[in-house]
Amino acid sequence: MTPMLSLATVSAAYGSFQALFGVSLDVARGEAVGVIGPNGAGKTTLMRVISGILPMRDGTMSIEGREIGGLPAHRVVEQGIAHVPENRRLFPRLSVEENLRIGAFIPSARARFAEQLDWVYQLFPRLKERRGQPAGTMSGGEQQMCAIARALMSKPKVLLMDEPSAGLAPIVVQQVFELVHRIRAEGLTVLIVEQNVQQVLDVVDRAYLLEVGAIKLSGTAAELKGNSFIREAYMGL
Amino acid sequence: MDIYLLEAIINGILLGGVLALLALGLNLIFGVIDVVWICYADIVMCGMYAIFFLYAQYHVPLPLAFLIAIIGIAALGILVHLFIIAPVLDSAPINQLLATGGLLFFLQSFATLLFGTDFRNIGVRLPVLEVATIYVSFARLIAFAVALIGAVALYVFLKRTYIGTAIRAISQDREIVGLMGVDQRRIYLVVSGIGGALAGLAACLLALQYDVHPFIGNTFGPVIFMICVLGGLGNMIGGFIAAFVISQIIAIGGYYSSTELSYVFAFTFFIVLMFIRPRGLFAP
Ligand SMILES: Nc1ncnc2c1ncn2[C@@H]1O[C@H](COP(=O)(O)OP(=O)(O)OP(=O)(O)O)[C@@H](O)[C@H]1O
Ligand SMILES: [Mg+2]
Repeated sequence: MTPMLSLATVSAAYGSFQALFGVSLDVARGEAVGVIGPNGAGKTTLMRVISGILPMRDGTMSIEGREIGGLPAHRVVEQGIAHVPENRRLFPRLSVEENLRIGAFIPSARARFAEQLDWVYQLFPRLKERRGQPAGTMSGGEQQMCAIARALMSKPKVLLMDEPSAGLAPIVVQQVFELVHRIRAEGLTVLIVEQNVQQVLDVVDRAYLLEVGAIKLSGTAAELKGNSFIREAYMGL
Repeated sequence: MDIYLLEAIINGILLGGVLALLALGLNLIFGVIDVVWICYADIVMCGMYAIFFLYAQYHVPLPLAFLIAIIGIAALGILVHLFIIAPVLDSAPINQLLATGGLLFFLQSFATLLFGTDFRNIGVRLPVLEVATIYVSFARLIAFAVALIGAVALYVFLKRTYIGTAIRAISQDREIVGLMGVDQRRIYLVVSGIGGALAGLAACLLALQYDVHPFIGNTFGPVIFMICVLGGLGNMIGGFIAAFVISQIIAIGGYYSSTELSYVFAFTFFIVLMFIRPRGLFAP
């Protein structure tokens, strides 16, 4: 079966600094896959390359078999990939609902805006209460929910999440991870970058370890949890 | 209160309308594209010439001449972006200033070459209204009303439409709007078109009140920049309010002294304020 998302020997660079070296990964339909790795490994770069903010230097990339390598970001969304960026990146002076409206900018999403909005408000009742408030005035956890909701508004097939638990209180972190379950239950495919290795391995099916821009290890969540290198270096066990 | 002072105040408010409209256009472009169109007032001048030739020379009905001017200047705005701004978008701000500043000199010289330095008037004489012994120019009243309608229309557009929301979003996070499916380059063209249309609308309103000549941009261009900086560059509401503050200073200053001196007052006020609030009247 063709994978939902497939990357083959993808390389990327910032100017003359190469940040990704021939990364290959597959995500099957309905699967949740994690990407873990130390600071500066290139996890964010990987997400940015997939969503087209950073042009790929080399390799191929496809969604449901359709080539997306080289498409600009605004075209990638139309292919069904939504990206919850690192540090949330909400539009702070727009209201919560305006942030959600921007999330539904692509024509196919505009057509079903009301329906999507209902769904998203059902997932995040808190956002409905705060719909008129400037997004930048909410708590960190609420902002993260809003960033995820904004991405969901485009009705994506694949959701990319870059460290959604960063900087949040433990109880909120728990909520974010529970959300991954719920999003999968809605039929979405998830690729999630996390530093919270222990917790992310509880919600994903498989994971990749990225170090200095290359995949060093991959396996099922259970395999990685039992891997002594991962346990020592990333779980502090 | 002195009836003439009241008249000056009212005229000041009316004058503020067109200035506010131009400040909106300049701030919109700056806020979204991060470029200052130094040549903005000279683009208005092009619009005034267009109206003059269409109406006074070729006898196109005035409303149609206005419409053509607005659409034409909107198109000019898009061309300015495509050929002058887009190529220097990633270069240093000084290069961008030089590019739009160069266009200012180009437009002024080109207009001089084509049309000479004559002052031309479209020759529409609108009545002066007398309301309870206060004289108000009807042209100014129309200009004020239309400018206000233009501002409200822009507000509704920015607030209620997808493109409008994207325009506001882009000025808050340039990189991330792409993830929402927004094509930055398209938004820049839309904004340049709107900026041009606002200049075209201002040209219509000014053509009813003033003669057009190649250097007319120099008479109100600096005032618009002053207004934008005073309101906080890129702050559309700030610029809108600042337009009325400045026009009041000019009107009341003109009442107590002379028109020339009133501009000196306005610029003095501006300079002093820049020392007290360097980031504009409304900076947090
Ligand atoms: N805009 C940029 N210009 C130049 N180099 C960059 C840029 N962004 C990231 N880098 C470099 O690319 C490498 C990978 O960065 P990236 O942000 O992808 O890492 P990361 O794995 O997401 O790290 P973190 O866990 O800290 O978020 C780092 O060495 C970083 O310094
Ligand atoms: Mg990162």
